[in-house]
Amino acid sequence: MAKFTVPVIAEYLETPKLQPDVMQGAGPFVAKPDMQKALGFPEQLVDDWQHVALDKMGELLKKYRSLQVYMDACVKCGACTDKCHYMLGTGDPKNMPVARQDLMRKVYRRYFTLAGKYFPKLVGAVDLTESVLDDWYNYYHQCSECRRCSVFCPYGIDTAEVTMAAREILASVGRGQKYANEIIGKVYTIGNNLGLPEPALRNTLEGLEEDIFDDTGVAVRLPLDEKGADILLVTPSADFFAEPHVDGLMGYAKVFHQMGASWTLSSHASEAANFGLFIGSYDNMRRLTLRIREAALELGVKRIIFGECGHAWRVAYSFLNTLAGPFDFLDPRYPIPQHICEYTYDALQAGLLTFDKSANDHRVVTFHDSCNVARASRMGNMAGGQFIIPRALIKASCNHFHDMAADTIHDQTFCCGGGGGLLTDDLLELRVKGALPRMQALKQVVEQHQVTHMAAICAICKSQFSKVLPYYGFEMDQIISVHQLVGDALVLTPSE
Amino acid sequence: MPFGNEGKTTTKRAAGATRHAFPSKDDGNENNSFHPTHPAHQKPQKGGSSYKMILTAIYALLFYLAAAVLLLGVGYKIYQYARIPAPLKIPTTPAPTTRRGVALRMLREVTLFESLFRANKWIWLFGWIFHVALLLVVLRHLRYFLDPVWSWVVLIQPIGQYAGFALMLGLTGLLIRRIAVERIRYISSPSDYLMLVLLLSIGGSGLLMRFVLPTDIVQFKAFMLGVLSFNWQPMPSDPLLLLHLTLVIGLMLIFPYSKLLHAPGVFFSPSRNQVDNPRERRHVTRWAAKLEDAA
Ligand code: HEM
Ligand code: SF4
Ligand code: SF4
Repeated sequence: MAKFTVPVIAEYLETPKLQPDVMQGAGPFVAKPDMQKALGFPEQLVDDWQHVALDKMGELLKKYRSLQVYMDACVKCGACTDKCHYMLGTGDPKNMPVARQDLMRKVYRRYFTLAGKYFPKLVGAVDLTESVLDDWYNYYHQCSECRRCSVFCPYGIDTAEVTMAAREILASVGRGQKYANEIIGKVYTIGNNLGLPEPALRNTLEGLEEDIFDDTGVAVRLPLDEKGADILLVTPSADFFAEPHVDGLMGYAKVFHQMGASWTLSSHASEAANFGLFIGSYDNMRRLTLRIREAALELGVKRIIFGECGHAWRVAYSFLNTLAGPFDFLDPRYPIPQHICEYTYDALQAGLLTFDKSANDHRVVTFHDSCNVARASRMGNMAGGQFIIPRALIKASCNHFHDMAADTIHDQTFCCGGGGGLLTDDLLELRVKGALPRMQALKQVVEQHQVTHMAAICAICKSQFSKVLPYYGFEMDQIISVHQLVGDALVLTPSE
Repeated sequence: MPFGNEGKTTTKRAAGATRHAFPSKDDGNENNSFHPTHPAHQKPQKGGSSYKMILTAIYALLFYLAAAVLLLGVGYKIYQYARIPAPLKIPTTPAPTTRRGVALRMLREVTLFESLFRANKWIWLFGWIFHVALLLVVLRHLRYFLDPVWSWVVLIQPIGQYAGFALMLGLTGLLIRRIAVERIRYISSPSDYLMLVLLLSIGGSGLLMRFVLPTDIVQFKAFMLGVLSFNWQPMPSDPLLLLHLTLVIGLMLIFPYSKLLHAPGVFFSPSRNQVDNPRERRHVTRWAAKLEDAA
């Protein structure tokens, strides 16, 4: 099936022996000139790229405290070296978080520190040569910005921050990544990652309404661009037709229906995911979030709710207020923005939803904590609500739930292997190998508890698992949306 | 200087002397800072007094230099970290939702090495032993800089002297791991080994002076107090002491230019020091605000 060897799932997760440079390569496809241009980057590698790169690095060091502190503080203690799923799946030492940071730190030391200027060999400083740039492009696209390393580092050094800075420098010298940049361009011109224009979107939503009606006999609506609605739902565009995402979207619609909520989707902001985060570009990230603000103002809504999407929720929860706020035109009684899981949970707590759990009796479920929800955001009003709330929803709608091993869930969760702008087929080998730690934990609960389905609340996780599950001997439809479980068990009352 | 019986006598006196104000005011001569201040120094010294004067001057000046580099260097770094904005909220969650909670999180990080404990028990064990021992040893050294010595510094003296062994144990464990564990070896530069060797040498020379080849710490204290009060007193010329001091001066000099910046750095790490409240409170920093004005 594959041109590479798929790792074998062992009984326990083992730290592999180092295999230097096994993942050496050209990295993902480079962005074409027009894709670069649309985002405000040079069309191809600029002539004096070395100067441009170093200037950019100097600029970022002055703009981001995280980068400056992380460059200085690492003591090479090694605590993070066995924490990255890409390291665990490939054995390439450059996928150890500290080694990934070092690709940049060595250059930082050479040009920005006294020790590196005068004693480069002593402190491991190197010149920014073309081969270093190639290594950057390759290995900074083998990081899913999942922050697992930052949990374990004694100084909280977050390799994701370094990766984002590196990608911004790369884009600034003309070496952007095709997958991410092309998608951002589509949002600017069309409104969503998939390039789904308004008529197609309307059509799709009508189709879904019919599906729900055929299935349940209840007329559940999926409104688009309805001015004056209370709630704007912003959801990843994969929810509109990818499996199993779309079942999640129908689940949200059912909850809204049951709550009698007045809600709408927007064709202008028909994308929750924000790939500006992946490429580390504040400007692009901001430009993308402003579309949501514009849509909210245009439609005159009172609340903004986000659908199931991991990195999107990070940007929404942690950055939206900063990037596109203040949202003083929204109803201050509700969190701005809110997660669909928070919305459903509140309804559940208030006793407004009735579940028939037996609808999910053919499923034994486990839950995959998505990396950026777990380690870069929150739900509810208590620290750790992002772990409690989705599980509460699953338990409310299923009789059979089992968590995976404790060191692979909550804030120690493993990334699916496809996050951070890597969900592209030119990185398939990396994606399959990076999924190993999660597959290992899944296999364990499958064997111990006969788990049949893994639920998730992230569009990338869902797409990634659909793709890689078969490589490990599972079925592609064993990944499922949390709101599909909710939707299947929710007892619907016909609208008058 | 001669060791053996005489050396032992000196140490006994020294131990007593630390509890007294020393050197007493009367001992200092306004015009001549090289006035003998202790009976031990009335013995003829090899090398004569001009050698002593040069030695004293060199070490006194080096101390000023090292102290200046350390304080200004670390001070500048702290200023730099404090000035650079953290434009986005990036605490590693679950994170505290209040300032108080963040203070507690930070306290646990710097006293217990909480994250490291979750990551790797061996590194934690050796690293924690090393740092606690280092702290005790440094505090114990305060007696050379204080006159009179604060009572709690006197109290920790007994623990402090054995902390030296813990220090060596911790450092040795870290060094062995650095050499033996393939992954850590891969990420190590020469400076990473040298830093451990430097600290081991400082600890080793210190322990040798304390337990094997005692040095004249009374005279050394006089020298240190002289340096601090700009009233120089002769520096003992015991080679082991000179080695110990040279290494410490070296450590002070490289501190602001090395990974030892982790000490101030940890307090400025946004993933650890930010409050998790982005929805409740809008977080905007200087350059981010400018983008809004431009729009
Ligand atoms: C706020 C104060 C400090 C904190 C919280 C702190 C914390 C840590 C932690 C968590 C580590 C990683 C574990 C380890 O390898 O030991 C470490 C390493 C290290 N620390 Fe500190 N430290 C502090 C101050 C200092 C100071 C003042 C020194 C000065 C000598 C120092 C020297 C070192 C060295 C040399 C290492 C690397 C050990 C190795 O090579 O494995 N630390 N520190
Ligand atoms: S952020 Fe995630 S993918 Fe990137 S180095 Fe850290 S653990 Fe690996
Ligand atoms: S855990 Fe942190 S300090 Fe230790 S090697 Fe990794 S990044 Fe460096």
